[in-house]
Amino acid sequence: MRSLQQTIALRRRQDRVFHVLGALCTAAGVLVFGALLADLLWHGFARIDWAFVTSYPSRIAERAGILAALQGSLAVMVVTAAVAVPLGVAAGVYLEEYAPKNRLTAIIEINIANLAGVPSVIYGLMALGVLVYVFGLGPTVLTAGLTLAALILPVVIVATREALRAIPRSIREASHALGATQWETVRWHLLPYSLGGIATGVILGLSRAIGETAPLVTIGALAYVAFPLPGPIRAEPPFLSFAWLDARFTVLPIQMFNWVSRPDQAFHANAAATGVVLLGLTLGMNAVAILVRSRMRKRIQW
Amino acid sequence: MSGSVALPASVPGAARRRRVFADRFWRAVLGLAALSSVAVTAGIVAVLALESAPFFAHVGLGRFLTDTVWTPMFAEPRFGILPLLAGTLVTTAIALSVALPAGTVIAIWLSEYAPPRLREVLKPALELLGAVPTVVYGYFALLVVTPALQRLIPGLPTFNMLSAGLVMGLMIVPYVSSLSEDAMRAVPALLREGAYALGGNKLLTALTVVYPAALSGIGASYVLGIARAVGETMIVAVAAGLQPNLTVDPTEPAATITAFIVQVSLGDLPHGSIGYQSIFAAGAVLFAITLLCNLAGHRLRRRFREAC
Repeated sequence: MRSLQQTIALRRRQDRVFHVLGALCTAAGVLVFGALLADLLWHGFARIDWAFVTSYPSRIAERAGILAALQGSLAVMVVTAAVAVPLGVAAGVYLEEYAPKNRLTAIIEINIANLAGVPSVIYGLMALGVLVYVFGLGPTVLTAGLTLAALILPVVIVATREALRAIPRSIREASHALGATQWETVRWHLLPYSLGGIATGVILGLSRAIGETAPLVTIGALAYVAFPLPGPIRAEPPFLSFAWLDARFTVLPIQMFNWVSRPDQAFHANAAATGVVLLGLTLGMNAVAILVRSRMRKRIQW
Repeated sequence: MSGSVALPASVPGAARRRRVFADRFWRAVLGLAALSSVAVTAGIVAVLALESAPFFAHVGLGRFLTDTVWTPMFAEPRFGILPLLAGTLVTTAIALSVALPAGTVIAIWLSEYAPPRLREVLKPALELLGAVPTVVYGYFALLVVTPALQRLIPGLPTFNMLSAGLVMGLMIVPYVSSLSEDAMRAVPALLREGAYALGGNKLLTALTVVYPAALSGIGASYVLGIARAVGETMIVAVAAGLQPNLTVDPTEPAATITAFIVQVSLGDLPHGSIGYQSIFAAGAVLFAITLLCNLAGHRLRRRFREAC
């Protein structure tokens, strides 16, 4: 039979042991991540110079660069944002401010939750079947942008809904009391006030899209692009050109995948350098999102 | 506020009609946008069903599920999904054996032990790790973890499921711990105080009161973690090898369902060939598994929200 003192001492000891164990576990996780990132930076940074950013890929590792991948990533992101932002924000506004509580709404909501968990490679298969073959768009920048737009649509919708939910009821009631229609309330009050939250969600969604590899491999993106994308501006009116939408392309993560998969070690340094650029872009976008969120939180006090 | 000049209901007129029209118009536009997400799902289901139907008609479900060899590209093709399923299961199991214990311990520590200020720093940092592109994790698995493992296990091949699974587990840890921590933090403080009043320490309280109370929320994070592991593509495509291999030995190379889809897509496949259809059949199996996980996860999460 243990005395009360012994029991208390035992339980204190249990607590201390777990406290240390939990802290060690967390620290171990952080350390492993830190070590992996340090390794990437170590191998990648040495390879990054101006020529690396401004050269097309080459069969000689030292001459290869990521210009084509940078152009491709930028072009695809433009399409993705142009499609996913209006569609996602509109869907979020409808579900939060208009949708009646009925079966259809419930189905749409379950559907969005499930879409968020569908593996990205499945989106690639969908795009391959529908966009590439049924619509005949081919493995182009446009197809890639639409694919990634479908992929981040749930992110944008959820972010929009959360931003709208943070606006107090009284704002809506005041607007309606002054005779505004529902659309006028949305247009002049709810959208402006939720802009920060929406922007945060959009940036997070795009940062996910820019790192996606599998769906773009599936639609048939190239791994080796040694020519520039057609520029968006031309000399004669209307001065804008959309030929780039129809061009074949590669993106940063596919370029990295290609270089990692080569047996020749010289290319692994290129892969690491591409990884550094990619990581810089995604983490940078996340940092911007966090900044936007905290600034908005300070500016708007309900 | 130029557009919202209030007109008394008794005043009819063009301006009023225009505003009512605009309201209805935008309502319809927004409603259509909400349906776009349903269109995406419909597109996924339709493509997987239509493109894989000729495959299943040709191969037969029995052979698909029982044959032990997967070589759809060979001159004499065989279409048994088992090798791909085995690869998927082994890598998933390795990943979960890392992610679930570590994720749970970290979640309990963050929720019950960690100083609040440290938690405020660690939580966003954990979520930042979820933003790292998976191809970067693939690089880690192939070029950092595998060489390290080769020093421990002599004769380990360059491509192996162990390394891919371990890195996948590491990738899922932040996901599990973040969602589980949310669930445990949502448990009312009253329950904890009751346990303390009865003489429980933090560990007993966490294990016998908080963990069971948050179980459905924690379970949801586990199930969603499983779905991520099953659907993860780039880590296994880079580090586990692309050859289908019916084995449960984690030190061997083997392709997963996702890796197979990538491997076929890297080549040039004629539209409508049996090889082309085979990636949709594999995709249909993948979609079915992850859909089950997601539905279970959301059901658990809803039960948790109702209980709290």
